[in-house]
Amino acid sequence: MEKKITLPLKDEDIKNLKAGDSVLLSGTMITGRDAAHKRLFELLEQGEELPVDIKGETIYYVGPAPAKPPYAVGPAGPTSSYRMDKYAPALMDKGLKGMIGKGARSKPVVDAIVRNEGVYFAAIGGAAALIAKSIVKEELLCYEDLGTEAVRRYTVEDFPCIVVIDSMGNNIYETEPPKYNCE
Amino acid sequence: MNIRKINAEEITSVVKKLFTDCNYFIGEDILNVLKNAEQTEKSPVGKSVLSQIIENDKIAAAEEIPLCQDTGMAILFVEYGDKVVIENGSFEEAVNLGVRQAYTEGYLRKSIVADPVFDRINTKDNTPAVIHTRITPGDKIKITAGGKGFGSENMSAIKMLTPSYGVEGVTEFVLDTVRKAGPNPCPPVVVGVGIGGDFERCAQLAKLATFRSIDTQNADKRYADLEKELLERINKMGFGPGGLGGTNTAIGVNIETAPTHIAGMPVAVNICCHAARHKTAVI
Repeated sequence: MEKKITLPLKDEDIKNLKAGDSVLLSGTMITGRDAAHKRLFELLEQGEELPVDIKGETIYYVGPAPAKPPYAVGPAGPTSSYRMDKYAPALMDKGLKGMIGKGARSKPVVDAIVRNEGVYFAAIGGAAALIAKSIVKEELLCYEDLGTEAVRRYTVEDFPCIVVIDSMGNNIYETEPPKYNCE
Repeated sequence: MNIRKINAEEITSVVKKLFTDCNYFIGEDILNVLKNAEQTEKSPVGKSVLSQIIENDKIAAAEEIPLCQDTGMAILFVEYGDKVVIENGSFEEAVNLGVRQAYTEGYLRKSIVADPVFDRINTKDNTPAVIHTRITPGDKIKITAGGKGFGSENMSAIKMLTPSYGVEGVTEFVLDTVRKAGPNPCPPVVVGVGIGGDFERCAQLAKLATFRSIDTQNADKRYADLEKELLERINKMGFGPGGLGGTNTAIGVNIETAPTHIAGMPVAVNICCHAARHKTAVI
C-alpha cells in the first residue's frame, strides 16, 4: 500500500522510507532542472546566497508543458535525473533533502543522499498528464527567463512516486531488475 | 502528370495538426501493446506503472493535452512529389510555421535552444524543425511527423561496425545500447535500429524506424526475425516498466536498412520512450 507523506519531509519520515516504497506526497516542493541547477550551483561555487531557500526542501526535476485552461498546471512528468548529478551533491550539502526525477544516479549522488540522510524518489516517466492531476497550485519562485525551466513551487496532493534510493543508500534500480533478468 | 499547385497555408495547417495530434493521442498500436504488457507483466510494480501509463494516455486524449511534458523536437519525414509547386510561400517556412502554431497554440512545451553550446536561449516556438526530405515521383506530399523527447534521444548511439561483425555484432550493439540506457529512457521503450547507408543515413534510418508502427514488421523475413529476437532478448534484461524491474523493457523493435559500402556495416540505435509519437498525412 502507498505511504502518505507530508512535505517538507521530516527527518523521521525520511528514515522510515525504504527503497521500493510507493508513496503519495502532499504539501509543497520546488521544481528545477538543467539550466536552473547550473545557475544555483554556480552561485554556491561563488559563495553567494541562493534566490530560493533549499533547506529541508524536496526538488522535482521537471519542465512542465503549458497549462491549458481551465487546468491549473500543464502536464508535468519527471525528467532524467542523471543530468543533475553534477550539481545535486552540492545542493544536498546545503540542506536539500529530497529529489524527484527518473532514472539512475551517480555514486557521488548516492553518497550525498546517505551523508545528508536524504531520499531520491522516481515519478513515472511519461505519465505527465496523470501526475499533473496531483499538482493543485504552482507559483513562480525565480529564473522566469528560463521558461519551462524556471524554478517554481508546486503544491501537491497525493503526488505518486516510488522511493528508489533511501537514506541508507539502498537502490531499487540496482536490486529489482536482476530479479527479472533471465538472460 | 501535370504540375500541381499547393498553397503554403495548407502545408502549415496539416503540419500543425500532425504535431498537436501526435502529442495528444497515442497510437492504437502502442496502446494495444501496452495493454497486453499490463496483462503479462510479472512485476507488481511494473504492472502498476503500465496501468498508470495507460491511464495517463487516456487522460491526455480525453482532455486534448500532451501525454508527456516533453513534447519533443519536431521531426518530419517528407516524401515530396516532384510535380508539386508551393504557392504563396516556401515549403520549409510553411512547415516551421505549422510547428510554431502547434507548439504555441496547442499548449505544447517549447524545448529548442538556438545555440547548442554557448547561449542556449530558447527559440520560444519549438522551431526549427528537423526535416528529412526525399523527392519522389508524383504530385502529392506525404508527411510523417513526430515529437521526439530527449530523455530517450540521449540514450541513442551509432557505431561504424565493419562487415566481419556480422549479425552477431549488430545484435550485441543493439543490446548493449539498451542495457546502457537502463531505467533512463522511460521504459518500456521502442527501439529503432538503422543498419547500412553511411554515417548520417544510418542514423536517419534508426529515427525512421521509431516512426514505424510497432504492429508492423520489416518486409524482409530475416530482419523481421531479428526484430523479434531482439525484442525477446531485451525483455529478458529485467529493467521493466519505469526501470523498476520487470518483464517489459521494450514494446517494439523496428529495423530499417539501406545499401552500404563494401567496407562498412554502420548500425544506429535510436531509443524512443513508450510515447512513440508519430502521425502521417498525405496532401
